[in-house]
Amino acid sequence: MIAVIDYGAGNIFSVKNALDFLGYDCRITGAADEIEKADAVILPGVGAFPWAMKKLGESGLVDTVKQQAKIKPFLGICLGMQLLFEKSYEFEECNGLGLISGYVDKIDAPDLVIPHMGWNKLEINRPCPLTDGLEDDTYVYFVHSYKAFCDDAALNAYCEYGGKVPALVSDGKFVYGAQFHPEKSGTAGLKMLKSFVSLISGVKEV
Amino acid sequence: MLAKRIIPCLDVRDGKVVKGVNFEGIKEVGDPVECAYEYNLQGADEIVFYDITASHEGRGLMLDVVRETAKKVFVPLTVGGGVKTVDDIRETLRAGADKVSVNSQAVKNPQLIKDGADIFGSQCICVGIDAKRCSENGWTVYINGGRIDMGIDLIDWVKQIEQLGAGEICLNSIDTDGVRGGFDLPMLKAVVNAVKIPVIASGGAGKLGDFAEAFLETDCSAALAASLFHFRELTVGEVKADCKSKGIPIR
Repeated sequence: MIAVIDYGAGNIFSVKNALDFLGYDCRITGAADEIEKADAVILPGVGAFPWAMKKLGESGLVDTVKQQAKIKPFLGICLGMQLLFEKSYEFEECNGLGLISGYVDKIDAPDLVIPHMGWNKLEINRPCPLTDGLEDDTYVYFVHSYKAFCDDAALNAYCEYGGKVPALVSDGKFVYGAQFHPEKSGTAGLKMLKSFVSLISGVKEV
Repeated sequence: MLAKRIIPCLDVRDGKVVKGVNFEGIKEVGDPVECAYEYNLQGADEIVFYDITASHEGRGLMLDVVRETAKKVFVPLTVGGGVKTVDDIRETLRAGADKVSVNSQAVKNPQLIKDGADIFGSQCICVGIDAKRCSENGWTVYINGGRIDMGIDLIDWVKQIEQLGAGEICLNSIDTDGVRGGFDLPMLKAVVNAVKIPVIASGGAGKLGDFAEAFLETDCSAALAASLFHFRELTVGEVKADCKSKGIPIR
């Protein structure tokens, strides 16, 4: 079972729709024990960073999320990806989950349209299971005004928008983060969700 | 590089797709879920449902359409028309929409833009505008499907809605809508230059080259059309291929 964490942020039904379409058992949940029972966990989210951290805190899920991300495939999407980092400067300095080193700040591009909204081309930096089988010209759907600043070691893929925008990051173990919305990125996005879910079997074999 | 978006729009009344010409002479053309699925196969970058129903029942049917579409179409979905309150926005997003387009009500009550953006995030608040030329270099904002001139200057309005937190503008020109002579480039240019948020061109696409023209002549982020795609005069794929051949970044 894949747990999609419900902490009151964003359009979580899209993620569930995509997983249902792919035929996976998936549950939207805000309960710690269900997240602990799950084979993989997805942390979605849209909105503002401090608000989302507050919501996650109020749900009493911060420790659960931190623990589970160390032992099973874990994917943060959009704001859920940004929450994986140590800090954000959206509105105010605010601590994140600290699962990947780096921070989140404004896309600083005076000449560009903000939010960065639409389909942008994925450039692979460090291939990982989630980039397996993607075509050269893969476009994915973004909508955000803040971006991650992280080490090259964590950067699996980026796109160009007034400089490099981290698109897919990982801690090299179980934690992945997608700045784009795989659940809204057509067939390429579905393929990446499939690759993410297939990480479960890798864990079980160990 | 960020791709320019091609967006087919489905005008929906009582759960069925219709397309009016200059907002009149409405014809029914089909099942919106099937139409959306077809557009998805053609490579649509996003799909807009525009609810032209005034009734409560019609609104419920519209949400059913969104719910069903969201189960099998995995590109962003925008729903516009008849959105009056924060609760309407919430309901629409919960049904599976990624963005909500507010139009008349935003003009009557601009606070709706701010409340929507504060609660759900700017990314899901698109403001739809119907505007018409009133002088050599000026346009005013209309409401109620282009029937009532509010006497508000278009450029003042777009600056205000950006301030209020709108994430995107869908700009429909009443002068070119249904005329099929191309998008309203002067209006589009004026709006794109006035704001930093993405602007979708709407109203006037009549032939293949009109889309590329909008992207080459202005910095708009996306172009939208309804009847052209409904009546299968052009497919989304054909439009994208034409833009691509002219060097425009396209998915």
